[in-house]
Amino acid sequence: MSDPRTHHRTGVRAGAGKPPAFPFDAHDLDRFRELQQLAYRCAERTAAWLEPGVTEREAARRLRRELVAEGVQDFFHVPFAWFGDRTAFRHFHTPLQFFATGRRLAEGMSYVLDCAPVVDGYTADIGYAGKVGDNPVWDRIAEDLLEYRELIVRLVRERRTLNEVYAAVDAKIAQHGYDNRHQVYPGRVIGHQVTRMREQRLPAGVNLFGFGVRTLQTLGRELISERLHGRSPLWADGRASRHAPTPGLWAVEPHVGFRDVGLKFEELLVVTEDDAYWLDDDLPHVHRGRALAAAR
Amino acid sequence: MNGGDRMATERNKRNKRSDVRESGANERQDGPADTGAGAVRGRRVRSGALSLAVYEQGDPTRPTVLLVHGYPDTHAVWDDVAADLAVDHHVVRYDVRGAGASNSPRTTEEYRLELLARDLFAVADATSPDRPVHVVAHDWGSIQAWEAVTDPRSAERVASYTTLSGPCLDHMGFWLRRRVRRPTPRHLKQLAAQGVHSWYIYLFHLPVLAPAAWRLGLARAWPRVLRDLERVTPRADHPQRTLAGDAARGVRLYRANMLPRLLHPTPRPTAVPVQVITLTDDHYVSPALSEGLEEWAPHLWRRELPATHWSALLEKGTTVARMIREFTAHQEGAPAADALAKARTGRAQGPAGEAAEFAGKLVVITGAGSGIGRATALAFAERGADLALCDLDRDGLDRTAELARLLGAKAETHRVDVSDAAAVQAFAAAVADAQGVPDVVVNNAGIGHSGTFLETTEEEWRRVLDVNLWGVIHGCRAFGALMKERGAGGHIVNLSSAAAYLPSKMLAAYATSKAAVFMLSDCLRAELARDRIGVSTICPGIVNTNITRTTTFSGVDAAEQERRQKKFSGLYARRGFPPEKVAAEILDAVRTGRAVVPVTVEAKAARLVSRLAPGALRLAARLKVG
Ligand SMILES: NC(=O)c1ccc[n+]([C@@H]2O[C@H](COP(=O)([O-])OP(=O)(O)OC[C@H]3O[C@@H](n4cnc5c(N)ncnc54)[C@H](O)[C@@H]3O)[C@@H](O)[C@H]2O)c1
Repeated sequence: MSDPRTHHRTGVRAGAGKPPAFPFDAHDLDRFRELQQLAYRCAERTAAWLEPGVTEREAARRLRRELVAEGVQDFFHVPFAWFGDRTAFRHFHTPLQFFATGRRLAEGMSYVLDCAPVVDGYTADIGYAGKVGDNPVWDRIAEDLLEYRELIVRLVRERRTLNEVYAAVDAKIAQHGYDNRHQVYPGRVIGHQVTRMREQRLPAGVNLFGFGVRTLQTLGRELISERLHGRSPLWADGRASRHAPTPGLWAVEPHVGFRDVGLKFEELLVVTEDDAYWLDDDLPHVHRGRALAAAR
Repeated sequence: MNGGDRMATERNKRNKRSDVRESGANERQDGPADTGAGAVRGRRVRSGALSLAVYEQGDPTRPTVLLVHGYPDTHAVWDDVAADLAVDHHVVRYDVRGAGASNSPRTTEEYRLELLARDLFAVADATSPDRPVHVVAHDWGSIQAWEAVTDPRSAERVASYTTLSGPCLDHMGFWLRRRVRRPTPRHLKQLAAQGVHSWYIYLFHLPVLAPAAWRLGLARAWPRVLRDLERVTPRADHPQRTLAGDAARGVRLYRANMLPRLLHPTPRPTAVPVQVITLTDDHYVSPALSEGLEEWAPHLWRRELPATHWSALLEKGTTVARMIREFTAHQEGAPAADALAKARTGRAQGPAGEAAEFAGKLVVITGAGSGIGRATALAFAERGADLALCDLDRDGLDRTAELARLLGAKAETHRVDVSDAAAVQAFAAAVADAQGVPDVVVNNAGIGHSGTFLETTEEEWRRVLDVNLWGVIHGCRAFGALMKERGAGGHIVNLSSAAAYLPSKMLAAYATSKAAVFMLSDCLRAELARDRIGVSTICPGIVNTNITRTTTFSGVDAAEQERRQKKFSGLYARRGFPPEKVAAEILDAVRTGRAVVPVTVEAKAARLVSRLAPGALRLAARLKVG
């Protein structure tokens, strides 16, 4: 039932602090990369379709349709869409507020599309930031976003503990004069580990508070087995993240805000036993950030 | 036959059928499938073990409005509103459990809000499976609709919510709690008013008596109550024939929910757009109850209707229908009608109102490259001020200026060491020359240092006093002189600290420098009062800024220094008090002219103790190491 390539992770006995070996082969990485490309493609198509007057709900629905049209049947979490000050999670008190609302897009607003398709147990989890019309604050942050991308991979490569990387990102955010918005995510996480989900008895598509039930099962299992080894599959700033990056794939999602404008990206970081790199550089936010920097 | 007559006929049919209502048939279609706007199409929808009587009108392809009635009513209380809305909406009504033609649960337990909300979703799913519905609710209908609107499912199922005379019980629980805990005269008045409005709630908690009262006579007297108290013109079809039974059963609504929710409220926010229609002559719900609702429902519109609890629906149905129509249309994408646009409350309005507050003012801020200085610069920029900023750190300074410009401010930067008298003089002259005499000066630049009195070297003493004390002195002298000379008043803000009145072994030099700033501000305030130049002393406690990363420590090597910087940075980060909040206090001090402003609870508590029992703080300093 379980995938042989991921099985040994649970095979490590409790207390054996040794980090697990990198659990994926080249074929797996190709599949993850293809799915991530697919997800960004769908987000870009949805973004191209957005215009003033569209609601968050309509955008989330459109994004879902795009993904389904590309053959996606299951989701790690339901597609999200945030507009205006909701891109910076202003006035968010509960996780419920992450769900798409009737908020309408208007000229000059920022928006974020966030989706996580699952295909054959492979997961992509992406975040696409955009704006309609003119928004100089947005442009400034979009350019700075690449600095976080470079900082994170550099520190992970140095095998600094995950909470240290988190703190370094915080310091960079403060230096830029923005504020950390990923701390609004449940658990304050800047990222989470991605494993290949096993086949489940539960039907695909069942979801609880926006997260697929399979997702929760897998995540729950990971949380427990990783805690036994003093690691966490969630990447935050607390004690639980005081460990070197666990080899595997991490969905990393720095999210920064300034006033009513929030931007994020989310993509997979490959962490091997002695190296780290972004799974793919051919992504919209990378191209856009470089173009903005070049135009300066 | 006009629409009203037809509806009355429909209703009579159903009332005749009420004897078979316990049969619990599911999804039964009754009545002709007439799609004319006025025609009412009845059906039954199952929710758990119960079957609910549902009534639809209007074109099902139009946006759905779901009308939820209160106590002791049935769907019929909406007749006028529904008939009006059916012209351009798909109107859905139902009898809530225990009322009208719907099934009645046997136990009080089964009247819990969770189950009532489940009924609402069941009706919404059955009548509008593909599109979220616009919920409109009155009285107890509104209480239960709040339960649904603050449920996770609302994100997908509810497009908007219009509430009349029925608060969320949990919100009300917090509302009461807040007023009991902070019994200001205004709060006490509000509590008393709601207490008077709630007489019937106490009554309905009386066992046996309340249901008996309905059965024995109150039901018969109800038309008179409506006429005399509620100013509702008597009409043939109202109140419903099932009133006595509905009312007696419905008392359980109060028993099942009122106390548990009011005594143990849980936070129930919602992202659904909410329109509150306050009935100004309501005998049962006081308008003050919706005060502070923005906290739970940030997308809020508030409107008023001069009507009583029941005359709103039974006499002013067209007005209520218009308010609903404007709201649903806007949520479906139409621009807001004028009356609705005015009703929009709170933040989404944007800072348009505040934008001009400091327009045309010039604000000088030292140490603007980071932390509190930067946050203050941006807060002023956002409200229209122009800025003259200085710092030692060129990069941080440029960044602040760039962000301020993105917010629309004109911002000039100067690299200045505030401990250097000549440099500060030159800075003041340059500002006066290029931008004019400032209206506000914030002496904020400062450094952290930790060490006992004897450990701290002379050099360290000098450095701390040079920046923290002399920096402020130079700033006050240079800019104070300019402001006094101009004679147009102004405001000086000096950053002191809670350390100014909190003796500590470990912060000897820092605390001394901040205490000096505290006193020099007191003296200067007296001196400049005649010139209408205010002076405020800001005393923050623990604020999450860069200061911990640059704080120096006496008597330790570089490695230990770095370790402590990390440790304190972590500590301050976990305390999590953002510099933006200090900035907000600074702006407020400028507005109000407050003399001493402790910021953060620890700073306020320490300030209080330092005045009531300074000996205690001296003792604490002796005992504590840190
Ligand atoms: N952060 C706290 O918990 C706290 C508490 C109480 C008081 N304060 C006071 O608030 C003020 C601001 O501190 P912060 O927390 O924002 O710290 P911060 O370190 O983030 O910012 C201080 C800024 O002042 C600048 N600066 C330092 N020395 C300077 C000099 N000689 N000339 C010009 N600029 C100089 C620094 O470069 C820096 O940009 C300070 O006076 C500090 O003592 C801070």
